[in-house]
Amino acid sequence: MSRADVKNAEAYLRMYRQMVRIRTFEDNANQLYLSAKMPGLTHMYSGEEGVAVGICEALEKTDHITSTHRGHGHCIAKGADFRQMFCELLGKEEGYCRGKGGSMHIADQANGNLGANAIVGGSAGIATGAALSAKRLGTRDVAVCFFGDGALGQGLLYEVMNMAALWKLPVIYACENNLYGEYTHVSEMAAGDLKARAKSFGIESFEVDGQDVLAVNTLSQDLVARVRKGEGPFFILLNTYRYNGHHVGDIDRAYYRSKQEEQEWKEKRDPITILGDWLTGEKIAGETELEAIRAEVKTDAEAAVRYALDAAYPPATEVDQHVYAA
Amino acid sequence: MREITLSQAVNEAIAEEMRRDPTVFLLGEDVAEAGTPFKVLKGLVEEFGRERIIDTPISEPGFTGIAVGAAMTGSRPIVDLMFGDFLFLVMDQICNQAAKTHYMSGGKLNVPMVLRTNMGATRRSAAQHSQSLHALVAHIPGLKVAMPSSAYEAKGLMKTAIRDNNPVIIFEDKLMYQEKAPVPEEEYLIPFGQANIVRAGTDVTFVATSSMVQVAQKAAVILSGEGIEAEIIDPRTIVPLDEATILESVRKTSRAIVIDEGHQNYGVTAEIAARISEKAFYYLDAPVQRMGAMDVPVPFSPALEDLTVPTPDGVADRARRLVRGEI
Repeated sequence: MSRADVKNAEAYLRMYRQMVRIRTFEDNANQLYLSAKMPGLTHMYSGEEGVAVGICEALEKTDHITSTHRGHGHCIAKGADFRQMFCELLGKEEGYCRGKGGSMHIADQANGNLGANAIVGGSAGIATGAALSAKRLGTRDVAVCFFGDGALGQGLLYEVMNMAALWKLPVIYACENNLYGEYTHVSEMAAGDLKARAKSFGIESFEVDGQDVLAVNTLSQDLVARVRKGEGPFFILLNTYRYNGHHVGDIDRAYYRSKQEEQEWKEKRDPITILGDWLTGEKIAGETELEAIRAEVKTDAEAAVRYALDAAYPPATEVDQHVYAA
Repeated sequence: MREITLSQAVNEAIAEEMRRDPTVFLLGEDVAEAGTPFKVLKGLVEEFGRERIIDTPISEPGFTGIAVGAAMTGSRPIVDLMFGDFLFLVMDQICNQAAKTHYMSGGKLNVPMVLRTNMGATRRSAAQHSQSLHALVAHIPGLKVAMPSSAYEAKGLMKTAIRDNNPVIIFEDKLMYQEKAPVPEEEYLIPFGQANIVRAGTDVTFVATSSMVQVAQKAAVILSGEGIEAEIIDPRTIVPLDEATILESVRKTSRAIVIDEGHQNYGVTAEIAARISEKAFYYLDAPVQRMGAMDVPVPFSPALEDLTVPTPDGVADRARRLVRGEI
């Protein structure tokens, strides 16, 4: 992998750190589930870090994203803080949503994250609406709609892509093809060429290796700049893989995919390893420096988990607050 | 005072709010030059342009979802849903997204949007263009539901809805679009959650929504000739519901009939009747009565359709028997 045209060490190392932060967050979230300290379930983003980080590094804080049930990666990549995230996962008052949203509904408005969404494809309208707002109000903000291959089955997506194309809205549809919608391979659920679906609306469509964060970022920087000039919308198909099951409780998955397949992705196509190898190969960073980043993030995450475990639950008086805005 | 139609009242309310607040825009099917099939929005595109009166494809979930996202990011969209029956198409965007966003975000995100749609049978439009589905959205916490009963009400409630920081669904009775009522020239708003005592009476309380207010008024005239005085309460908004005014009236009259054009089963009449029974039981001289639409799909044939909705004679008959102790 060579990126002769992009030599921004600070940005590369930030992307490395952000991907490590996502992986480390997920490892800790998984442990919280396995040790029965986390209520409910959660969906791991591990393996897909290159997608969220590559795209979000190309965005400004004021740009909007909408996320999915597998949303921790997007949330972190858009600038969220570990403490408030773990608090949210544990239903604590100091969580991003005061514990009322949980893993599947984390929103971080201050950083432009309009929220994870537990309805597959459910945020396609919201992202497109954010883009319509931006265009009408003249803010120059870009909206990115993250969704998985599973959402390709939802009609809403095509309705809003049609309107986004008709109205030239500043939105990027980022389809994370991690190959499985729940427990079923994408080939059993989506017919034809996936990119062609967007192309049929006249939306320029791109395909990129989601495990190569620099490739994702380079493409994203280009598209975000073009969207700001009014050349959107765009569609990106990002080929990636989720290391864990559909959710943390999906342990026995041999019936829908082999252990060998999982191993191959982890060993040969891990986005963190790929970027790490490139950074050391290009002598942008040494292994010691990368190890220091990983250690620092690990310490941060563990401290945030401890903080969240000790944090207070919302008081009972909160239960009927925030049903209506004042 | 001048009289204008309900249609003109809605149009004026939207136009005034759009002049007042540049973040307000409207989108829906055939809303621009066509001004909707009922011509309610006639003339708005000429004043505000196609950037603010936006014709959409026939994609109800799509444009409703777009409104939700726009509302979360600094706009105040008004969604025009051509028929109330199409609510079934947009339920996820309204009930899973718009209604829950403020709560799920711990109060950080707001969805200040209005969805205006219609209701009402007896227009010979058959089962998929005649339903009154307000109970569906009234069931979902996070939504407000307004039901104007006249041109005056429609204007004041619409203006309040547009300024509200929550998703508001307004149901206009499509049979009332051409009905005139006195509407002042000067600006006014009607606050949500404050019922209107349409008629004072002593013998029975009619709690009536939307066009059922007129049905109740006609029944009250019939009854008055017989010496029975009905009090009529128009809740104006069923969410929030002005329970206090309803209970106060029932405590005075000791009898209540709840009249609403939604299906009776599990509907608005059931909810209001239950609250009266729970909270004014010892003041009642007779069981609370419900009069909703029949629990059948709305039939096309006029001979059948007219049987499905409450009528002045039907309401008067029920009230008469209630007062006589026959129920």
